Amino acid sequence: MIFTHYFQTLGMSYPWAWALSQIASMLVFLVCLLVMVAFILLYDRKIFAAVQMRRGPNVVGIFGLLQSFADLGKYLIKEVIIPAGANKVIFLLAPLVSATLAFAAWAVIPMDQGWVFADINVGILYLFAVSSLGVYGIIMAGWASNSKYAFLSACRAAAQMVSYEVSIGFVLVTVLLFAGSLNLSDIVRAQTAPGVLAFLHWNWCTILFPMLPIFFVSAIAETNRPPFDLVEAESELVAGYFVEYSSTPFLLFYLAEFLNICLMSAMLAILFFGGWQSPLDIWPLNAVPGVIWLVIKIWFFFFLFAMVRAFVPRYRYDQLMRLGWKVFLPTTLVWVLVTAAWVVYVRHGGA
Amino acid sequence: MAFLDRAARSIFFWEFLKSFVLSMRYFVGKKSTLNYPFEKGPISPRFRGEHALRRYPNGEERCIACKLCEAVCPAQAITIEAEPREDGSRRTTRYDIDMVKCIYCGLCQEACPVDAIVEGPNFEYSTETREELYYNKDKLLANGDRWEREIARNLELDAPYR
Repeated sequence: MIFTHYFQTLGMSYPWAWALSQIASMLVFLVCLLVMVAFILLYDRKIFAAVQMRRGPNVVGIFGLLQSFADLGKYLIKEVIIPAGANKVIFLLAPLVSATLAFAAWAVIPMDQGWVFADINVGILYLFAVSSLGVYGIIMAGWASNSKYAFLSACRAAAQMVSYEVSIGFVLVTVLLFAGSLNLSDIVRAQTAPGVLAFLHWNWCTILFPMLPIFFVSAIAETNRPPFDLVEAESELVAGYFVEYSSTPFLLFYLAEFLNICLMSAMLAILFFGGWQSPLDIWPLNAVPGVIWLVIKIWFFFFLFAMVRAFVPRYRYDQLMRLGWKVFLPTTLVWVLVTAAWVVYVRHGGA
Repeated sequence: MAFLDRAARSIFFWEFLKSFVLSMRYFVGKKSTLNYPFEKGPISPRFRGEHALRRYPNGEERCIACKLCEAVCPAQAITIEAEPREDGSRRTTRYDIDMVKCIYCGLCQEACPVDAIVEGPNFEYSTETREELYYNKDKLLANGDRWEREIARNLELDAPYR
């Protein structure tokens, strides 16, 4: 840790210096994450605008760069409205649960070689657990709002997230079988190989390739983004499970949604596209810090997510369920077997 | 074969790739919106915007208080009171337009025999209170002075078609 040594030079004992440096680096990381999400929000709106031949926000700051910060100010000073029939405690707890879990998931994401808060050897399991818990925030919001629309939307969201978590789970299983580890850093390291064309050794160029589109589509469904945004189908449910929310609680839901999308982009980068590694192992590229490569990859995959949002019409609910249970689940199940067989018979063990 | 064709298309996301290419073409294409407060779209000479009362070049107000505009106004947004001035000419003492009632049909300027009341090219006159939209004679004459050049040009451009 960078700060530990600094705090030790101030005369602290090692445990105290370690704890303080952990807290300091977490704060720095959270601030960086929030700033990134602020710009991702603008990026999303700009992409959507460009596809529709509009300009997007361009008044606050040059090119509208400060738009998200203006929105933040607006959300913070608005009035918090709690519906009369709402269950106050759960109503206010729900956005906190959503946002906290969205932040918590980032603890195991390796930003660079060794740049990870919790380098635990069950990283994927942890991610899976945290993203499953995310459903609770939504259910709580929908139920506590005491509104039909919010409740219906929360039910849809829960069913959708549970369905697609299954196929995401099996995609993760194929990746971890291939890498032979549940630790996300090890999964990235397993994708290194000597040679200039490093990107050909990443997981997307292996037998795991069919899992890439499945993971991509499931990630969109998991984060309730268009074209799978039945949760907030404007023509039917107004705005979704957070229809009764305003001001800061709404901001927290919004933040959680975008943190989850960024997390899914990061997962795509880590699982299939070599995480923090540079695509070509030649001088100017491999000298760039890994964290920059990861951020570039996150922004690239976010671009794809945003483009999908711009050009794909919304699915019907039964089509969504059909895709999840009848197409993705069998495909991923078969591919788990195929990958296991590959690892045992072609690579001769190692799983 | 049709089944295989369809299956291959859906497995390789053919439609999605095609629409991705199409939307990228729009993405880099020319924007169809204007950067509004800084750029504005073209306006016809017949554009019916904010009202104005015009003057003759010597500074005398044109309106002779014939009340034709008041009579023709379908929204009854115009209120006129008149009495002879000291020099004996007939002039308005009150000329109010309720811009909230006005439907911008342009019948007042059609009815006007002396081209006094006109709807000018200005469309940016939003206010923060309703009261500010109850225009009186001073406001309308001030508008006329402010927009005279554009109004005169528009009338001239539209004259061949009248």
